[in-house]
Parts: sequence; structure tokens; C-alpha cells
Amino acid sequence: MNIHLPNSAFLGNIDPFLKMLNTSNPDKLEITANKKWISVHPVVLAMVAALGLSVKPENIHCEHMKATSKHYLKRMKLFDLLKIDSGINITEHEPAGRFIPITQITNSENLTDFITNVIPLLHLQPHQVEPIRYVLSELTRNVFEHAKSPIGAILCAQYYKASNTIRIGIVDRGIGIKATISEAHRVTTDLEAIQLALTPGITGTTKRIGGTDYNAGAGLFFIKSIATVNRDFFVIYSGNSMYKLLKVPRNKKARLHSDPFKDNHSTGDDFPYWQGTIVGVDINLDNREEFSMLLDAIRETYSKAVKERRKEYYKKAKFI
Amino acid sequence: MKIIKLFPKTGSFAENKDLARDIRIKEITPALNQNKEVTLDFEGIETTTQSFVHALISRVIRDLGSEVLDRLYFKNCNKTVQGIINIVVEYMQI
Repeated sequence: MNIHLPNSAFLGNIDPFLKMLNTSNPDKLEITANKKWISVHPVVLAMVAALGLSVKPENIHCEHMKATSKHYLKRMKLFDLLKIDSGINITEHEPAGRFIPITQITNSENLTDFITNVIPLLHLQPHQVEPIRYVLSELTRNVFEHAKSPIGAILCAQYYKASNTIRIGIVDRGIGIKATISEAHRVTTDLEAIQLALTPGITGTTKRIGGTDYNAGAGLFFIKSIATVNRDFFVIYSGNSMYKLLKVPRNKKARLHSDPFKDNHSTGDDFPYWQGTIVGVDINLDNREEFSMLLDAIRETYSKAVKERRKEYYKKAKFI
Repeated sequence: MKIIKLFPKTGSFAENKDLARDIRIKEITPALNQNKEVTLDFEGIETTTQSFVHALISRVIRDLGSEVLDRLYFKNCNKTVQGIINIVVEYMQI
């Protein structure tokens, strides 16, 4: 496997980085990087960590980093987590208010501790914290419930002062969305599976629209809705396919759609195969809609979608 | 009336759905099955997730019908918590 950390890879321009990913020869990992400057979204770092944790530390080859910003990778604990010596020495600063280093979460108790202890370090206002912990909790629990990921969930986040944005990445190396959704629905492609996973009321745990007593099939729809209303990016990538929610332009009303393909989006189904699922979200802290108002919009869209979908499945009596 | 205070179990962010399911199985369902009224007290809870509320109450609405909402009360809920409970209550009755 080979992963190259480019000069720039954020959700808006992540496609070329993903296209360059090489996941053949899964027992070895080579990490290379741009020689001048590395500026990447946390989801990129979470991907490197997830690949690295899938191989033995002695089978990871990380080239000598020359980029001026190489210290960032060290501060995000990439090399510590992978147990490899990067040769990079830094003076640690108090991380409060800036980032959540790459973290591996393998069970529910870990997650509760993480949310309780780590998120307060971001020193955000309560109304700013609400969507961030919501997103982290729901996405990480998705991994535990559906992914069967041998490495659990790998996540990290970074606050960007210039854009007043928190960028979050959560990655797993589990069975992927197509395998999960296929347990209850007929799908032929990764992209079709992603579309269903983002549709309210659809879950891999049951054919029943609206889900089970433990899973409503609403988690990803909620998170996409948070990104939509706040005009942020949201990327989900699994198998060969990627779905990217694009920012809603300022001059357009941010409407919620139950069908993710009706949102302002881009897709691709010819990306290198990723075993598992990758999710990246940006949360801009300037233009936060009131969370409770967002919930009203979600309630209306979710209920309408489930009603319509149940009608599709409603069987009529056959009079013969 | 059985009053279930959630904060001591969940903390200010009620998100652990395994815990929600336990509360439902061990406390909510038995009380409702005895024809008692149940109050879920959200005092101290700043926010929750749809997954948590779903695991907490969806099964009782499905099993006992929407009439159970005449005996199931939600106390000390802020606007966000109310919004999430409303979502679950609404879609469970579709």
C-alpha cells in the first residue's frame, strides 16, 4: 500500500489525493509526502493511521519528511499511534483549543470517555460543541454497530482559526457500507449502498423502513443534514465510491432532501478500493443555525421520507 | 408514577445507546407493563442524540402503541432535547 500526503488535501479538493491511493499489497505500507509543505484535512491523517494500524509497525516505511510542516504530523500523534520513529523532534504545546490528535476508539466506554474528556479541550461555546459531539458520537457508534472494524474507529479533528471551522475525520477498516446495507437491501454498487445509507429510515439491520428498536437508519442523514444547513462539506467514501456533499451557495436556500442525490453533490465510483468507510465533515462555527431549528427541519424531512418509502413497500390485497 | 432521572446515568450528553436500551429494558418497560406512569427526567442533560432517544423509547411505542404516550412523560427537556424526542415520537407513529 502507498499513501502520499500531498501539498493540500481538504474535502473540497480531496479527489486527486484519493485517486492516488494504492491499497494493493496490504501487508506493507509506504508513506510519502510532499517535500515542501503538507496541509491536509484530519480525515487524511486518520486514513494514514488506519492503514498503518492494519500492518505491523516493522512493515511501515515512512520516507524522511522534508516539508516544513512535518511537525504537524508528529503533533497529531500519527507516528506515536503507528509506533514508528519519524526522526522528528518537537516541543509539545498545550493542545487545548486547536486539535484532537489522532485517536483510536474501540468500544462504547472509550467513546463516552473521549467525548467527556477530550471535546472540552476544544474550548468552544456550548452551542458550538453541540453539533461536534453529535457528529463524533453518531459516526463512531456507526463503526461499532455496523463496520466490524478490526481497528475500531480512528478519528481526529482540527480547528482552523482563519476559517473558524472544525474539520473532523472518522475512518474504519471494516466491512464497508455495501456489505452492511446488503444484509437487508439489494444493492449492486458501493455508490448505490452509500445512497441508501444516507437515506432516512434505511439501515443495514432490517428491511423494515424506519429500522429496529436499536437503529432507526437516521444517523448519517442527520449528519448530512447538519452539514447541508450549515453550508459545509461532507464526504463519505467506501469501497470504490465517494459521495461529496458540496457547500450550498450563499444565494440559495439550504433545503434538506431525503435522497442525497438531490443535494448539491458530486460522486465517483472509480476510486481505489477502500476496505471500510471514511467520513470527513467540516463544521463552520460562524454560521451555525440554531440546532433546535435544524431538528425541526430534520423531523419534517425524515417523517415525509419514511412515509413515502413505506407507501412504496405497502402491499395491496390481490383480488382474483 | 415511576420517575427515572437520566443525568446520573448519562451525564450531560446522553449518547450511549447501549445504556438507553438498558434503561428501557430494566426500568421503563417493566413500569409501563404494570400500567404505571413513567417520567423520564432530563434535568442536567444539555443534549442527546436521536440514536439514544430511539433506543430509549421506540420499542415501547412500537409494542404498546401510541397510547403509551399518555403515560410516558418527558420532564426538564431543553429545546434541543425536545426537538430530538419529537423526531422519534413522530416517526414512530407513522
